[in-house]
Amino acid sequence: MDVAVFWVLAVLAVVSGAMVFRFDSMARATFSLLTSLLCVGGLVVLLGLDYLGIVIVLMMTIEMAIMAVFMVMYMMNPAGLMPMTMMHNKRGAAVVCGLVFLLLAAGILFAPWPARRGKSSADPTMELGMSLMGPQMLTMMTLGMALFATIVATVVLATRRGRYDRLGDDLRARRADDPVRGGVGR
Amino acid sequence: MADSAPLWAVFVLPVLLLVVALVTAGFDAVLTAGARGGRAGSVREAAVRAADPAREVLRQLVQQPRRTRASDVALARIGAALLPVAAMLAAVVLPLGFRSVSDLPEGIVWFNAMEALAWAAVWLAGWGPNSTLSLIGGYRFLAQGLAYELPHMLAITTAALGAESLRVGQVVDAQDGLWFALWMPAAFGIYLLSAMAMAFWGPFDQPAGRDVAGGAAAELSGADRVLFLGGRWLLLVVAAAFSVPLFLGGGYGPWLPGWLWTVLKTGAVLAFLVWVRRRVPTVRMERYVELGWVVLTPLAIVQALVVAVVVLNR
Amino acid sequence: MTLELFLLSAAALFCVGLFGALTQQSIVMLMMGLELMLGGVILAAAAAWHYIAPATADGQVLIVLAVTAMALEMAIGFAVVTALFRAREVDMTDMAAELKE
Repeated sequence: MDVAVFWVLAVLAVVSGAMVFRFDSMARATFSLLTSLLCVGGLVVLLGLDYLGIVIVLMMTIEMAIMAVFMVMYMMNPAGLMPMTMMHNKRGAAVVCGLVFLLLAAGILFAPWPARRGKSSADPTMELGMSLMGPQMLTMMTLGMALFATIVATVVLATRRGRYDRLGDDLRARRADDPVRGGVGR
Repeated sequence: MADSAPLWAVFVLPVLLLVVALVTAGFDAVLTAGARGGRAGSVREAAVRAADPAREVLRQLVQQPRRTRASDVALARIGAALLPVAAMLAAVVLPLGFRSVSDLPEGIVWFNAMEALAWAAVWLAGWGPNSTLSLIGGYRFLAQGLAYELPHMLAITTAALGAESLRVGQVVDAQDGLWFALWMPAAFGIYLLSAMAMAFWGPFDQPAGRDVAGGAAAELSGADRVLFLGGRWLLLVVAAAFSVPLFLGGGYGPWLPGWLWTVLKTGAVLAFLVWVRRRVPTVRMERYVELGWVVLTPLAIVQALVVAVVVLNR
Repeated sequence: MTLELFLLSAAALFCVGLFGALTQQSIVMLMMGLELMLGGVILAAAAAWHYIAPATADGQVLIVLAVTAMALEMAIGFAVVTALFRAREVDMTDMAAELKE
């Protein structure tokens, strides 16, 4: 049963991953990528990491739904009604990728992998939480800071209006001058 | 600790959900007809009105479906079918009384992940038909999703925090004495808001609003339409039903058996949501975004902090 | 199922993503390639956790790291595209390269 599930998910992940770059329609490409990443989530669950697998499914669904918006916004031909190709350096890339895959495969097949050491605890989720809140606390805090910095950086990069546009040159305006009024009555 | 239900429960669950959704839709139809054409004169008339949604389903199934030009039929189909499927999958962790189809160790995250599939579903259903109005509906749902998802996640995390477990069964057990709704009122209120928002229903119905001729559902017809709008009712039912194990003590209650308490509480929440739709006007999502991020998210964080402190000192 | 099979499918995902990242002209499509590559990394980390060192949580932490990296990459990527597009109406890598001339 597990073996069948593995093959279905693995093949589907790789095939839909490849289809991302074959579809003309951007919506199809995005959701093909979503299929691929959902299969990765399924494989992670299959490996016994239920929590992380479900979190991957949750995150990727939301991420791809938002990605679709940007895809449609920035592509010339989002619906793919007029097929066109937007690729460069196809042959070189194919050679590079083939070589990388052969190298990885050779490494995977010939490396003397160590035998399994220890047994997973009954609750890997608990273990992950304990690890993140204990020995790996620094990792977790770095991630948190990185996420926060990303929020600030993306807003700075993406928005055109700064506080002087909103509150006037001396920042004294009592009500911010926004193109769209928010819901808190400011 | 919730028991696992026998295998046949897998087949009972969809039927049960469909029945509840039809009853809710019928109740809503009676209220709508009552508001439009006066009260039903007799029980028979009320029953005829209550059967309206079922008649509409049959009508859609037999009539000739419409097609738009250059539509992406496959994507629209996937979107329309994904909505009820997501609702059913989310319902797997719902306990009836103290038994659920599968009491996953990460049940709360599972529910959240399945309900997030609605994002993809609504956008796909809006994109597929190659029509402006339905695409606007799809985009509106994404904007609304960004508004409701953050406080929503924090609210259901608060319930998990109170029980110190992500397993829905243990969340129910933790409410043997005191319901979470009573000592986490902010989280409960936020959950009810986002339950309506995720089913784009009531004050949050802009993705399928009347101002864009039905939004994401504007061009759907036939079986697609039945699946999409039916899936929306299912999502509403599932979201309302999940508030019972999370905040309203699940099957715990005096005298009556557990399953009956679950049904009664679910019915009460659903009736409340149906009532709210008639009382509160539609909220535009750009307003709700600001409310969600400036007011509700900090509120949910403070609520989670209070719960965490209480749990640590218990 | 063996470690090798999981790692091979992870490598296949990684290489498909690499191909996309190298060939696509549009910045948005390039990011989809990067997402696929990170998907391969996640799969490899999960397999390594399961088959080599299930007793410690290090593999799981690596997955958390990769998932966060995916989110960061996408957010920054779209912000950069938005800024570029707003400033110069550019959304392709080749056109962005010409900007420095």
